[in-house]
Amino acid sequence: MNNVMGIIVTGGRNERMMELSSKRSVAAIPVGGKYRAIDFVLSNMVNSGINKVGVVTQYSFRSLMDHLGSGKEWDLDRRKDGLFLFPPYLAGDNTGWYKGSADGMYNNISFLRRSNEEYVLISTGNCVYKTQYHDLLAFHKEKDADITMMYRDCYDFADEDMQNLGVVEIGEDGRVLDIQEKPLFPKSKNANMAVYLLKRTFLISLLQESASHAQYDFVTDILIKKLAELKVFAYEYKGYWKPMNSISMFYGCNMELLNPEISSELFLKDGRVFTKVKDETPAKYNEEAEVNNALIADGCIIEGTVINSVLFRGVVVRKGALIKDSIVMQDSVIEEGANLERVILDKEVHVTQGKMLKGEATYPMIVSKNSVI
Amino acid sequence: MVAKEMVALLLAGGQGSRLGVLTTTIAKPAVSYGGKYRIIDFPLSNCVNSDIDTVGVFTQYQPLELNTHIGIGKPWDLDRVNGGVTILSPYLKADEGEWFKGTANAVCQNIHYVDKINPEYVIILSGDHIYKMDYSRMLDFHKQNNADATISVLKVPLEDASRFGIMNADENNKIYEFEEKPKNPKSDLASMGVYIFTWPVLREYLLRDDKNPDSDNDFGKNIIPMMLGEGRSMYAYAFEGYWKDVGTIQAYWESNMDLIERVPEFNLFDRDWRIYTSNPVKPAHYIAPSGSAKKSIIAEGCLVYGTVRNSILFPGVVVEEGAVIQDSIIMSNTRIGRNVEIYKSILSEDVQVGHEAKIGIGEDVVNEDKPHIYDSGITVIGDHAVIPNHTEIGKNVVVEQFVTTSDFTSKVVPSGKSVIKGGVENE
Repeated sequence: MNNVMGIIVTGGRNERMMELSSKRSVAAIPVGGKYRAIDFVLSNMVNSGINKVGVVTQYSFRSLMDHLGSGKEWDLDRRKDGLFLFPPYLAGDNTGWYKGSADGMYNNISFLRRSNEEYVLISTGNCVYKTQYHDLLAFHKEKDADITMMYRDCYDFADEDMQNLGVVEIGEDGRVLDIQEKPLFPKSKNANMAVYLLKRTFLISLLQESASHAQYDFVTDILIKKLAELKVFAYEYKGYWKPMNSISMFYGCNMELLNPEISSELFLKDGRVFTKVKDETPAKYNEEAEVNNALIADGCIIEGTVINSVLFRGVVVRKGALIKDSIVMQDSVIEEGANLERVILDKEVHVTQGKMLKGEATYPMIVSKNSVI
Repeated sequence: MVAKEMVALLLAGGQGSRLGVLTTTIAKPAVSYGGKYRIIDFPLSNCVNSDIDTVGVFTQYQPLELNTHIGIGKPWDLDRVNGGVTILSPYLKADEGEWFKGTANAVCQNIHYVDKINPEYVIILSGDHIYKMDYSRMLDFHKQNNADATISVLKVPLEDASRFGIMNADENNKIYEFEEKPKNPKSDLASMGVYIFTWPVLREYLLRDDKNPDSDNDFGKNIIPMMLGEGRSMYAYAFEGYWKDVGTIQAYWESNMDLIERVPEFNLFDRDWRIYTSNPVKPAHYIAPSGSAKKSIIAEGCLVYGTVRNSILFPGVVVEEGAVIQDSIIMSNTRIGRNVEIYKSILSEDVQVGHEAKIGIGEDVVNEDKPHIYDSGITVIGDHAVIPNHTEIGKNVVVEQFVTTSDFTSKVVPSGKSVIKGGVENE
């Protein structure tokens, strides 16, 4: 797929992600013990043979930039093509802030103009799924579509989760008839995966046109408005897919990774998932360790009990500590006798001796970065 | 090129023949260690952590794995414009061509590599040892003494001293005598095989030694005694800390097992002295509801449905339900079948152990074919071997690389026996 280039629009803050995205873009949210959300789509692109990827960043992009670096871990530190980062900037008539996804791409339109790939694959950076895009491209060509978008029948999602997504109405021939953005009353469970394939030159003309009308969002200002005049097709994706757009989705996704069927789909099928390397030593279990149904990353030291939980790199669990149904991010320390149940600990949290923290399944307790409890 | 004060020359050409099947097709420095590393990662990481950014690696024996592992030095940040890692292998010259005869010969044959960089000092390292050491402090010591050579030494128990090269030094650490494996050692300062030389001095000795047809062209046997004999200023630098030559199956196993102690003597969790290695790109490891791990080290990508005790699992190992692994080292991507029992064994990469098999059971009988290698009760399985279901394998057994189910003539392999590929011993 070297005639396709990728653009990842990482979008912005998400209030429903609360403390977890107060200091980082949602695309940089840690997932599955060692990854960040953007690793999945970026690895998907690389595994599909896409060699050029632009990442348009917006809110709190420091952690994202730090994570992506030169793109070395994704083999995108290339002389030809590779990884390009587009944080907002000030220049001329530019406000120094992207007003929407289309505006973000428009402000970097020279990246599109200078390229010579025939197609562009646009995606958000916050969805956890694993695929290669060859079938999408074949479908796009076969339908002779102007734009092809990916959707998933989210029969397994709750109704309130659908309210946070785009819902696609699809005709019998596969044409997209309507898109509802974050509807109060979803018409179906066909969710827009926010992955769009179209010709590069066509994207350039769409972006120019919308900019000239002071319109800035790719979905609401371009896609939805042009549904009648353009051939917009929907391609069905049938695998596992979770957008990190609410705490319950984030928590659910991490817990679902404890299911070996789902984790093998994500990590062993269709290529690997790449992420920033931390050079931690393998995890160490001491005599008292009791671990049951857990994902444990490198650099952890475990002498307590861990049940149904995900531990990121460098977490220390002292004797007599209990961690249950929880997510513990990088370098957190849980001291002796502390008790965590349905808790999300952000990075570098220190839970001192004997503390009890407890959340609810529908509302896990979140402890923000660097806290001492 | 920006001037380099000191260049590291890493001798990684050794076979490590006493590691048996672990080094049949890979050089000793490339042998896996500690759940994700290879032995050479330790000297290489020591170099970068000591601010040495120019490293020549001498390879000779089975260099494929080693060369692949080192690549262009990316994991160690040795992919540099100025300096970096260079693989130095034996090569053909216009009128002749030869293997490296000894350690000094390896350097002598590549003297132009060092000349081109023109450093003030060189540090000679071996790719065979597990330790963490700040070479920059040794260099400071070398400069303070205005030495021609500084030899890093470790205090060993006097009863073991006869296995090492022993340095006899005065109260100022000045070496006045060197004895290779002395019967009656006079001191307990053993050479670690880490030497700093002032380059112009060493250069001269290398060339002179090269002209001597009776010389083994070895640092320990020839260069150092010659320099000492001529009254060169040589000092012993005392190293304190963990240092292990993992040259035998038993030493290799013990050194790995040292890591699983509650407070290991050798700490790999030290963030100020990280050990770098190439990245296996695997997800966090998974312990299933049926699985359990205690007093063990488990790397990324492992799936543990069985029980792991006092063991080390490298990346991508799968332990199926009901399996028990005890006191063992299981290398990358090996798969352990259902209800398998493994005791005090070393399984290399990509081994497949069939269901209900037992490894490392029975009486302790020394290996019949290679008693000098497999005599410590440890059974060793070579890489890519396939062990059939229900097979029972004793102690001190060796199973060769790439052995398949048809190479097993019976369901029971008693202690001290060997399972060889194609039924023919390929010595």
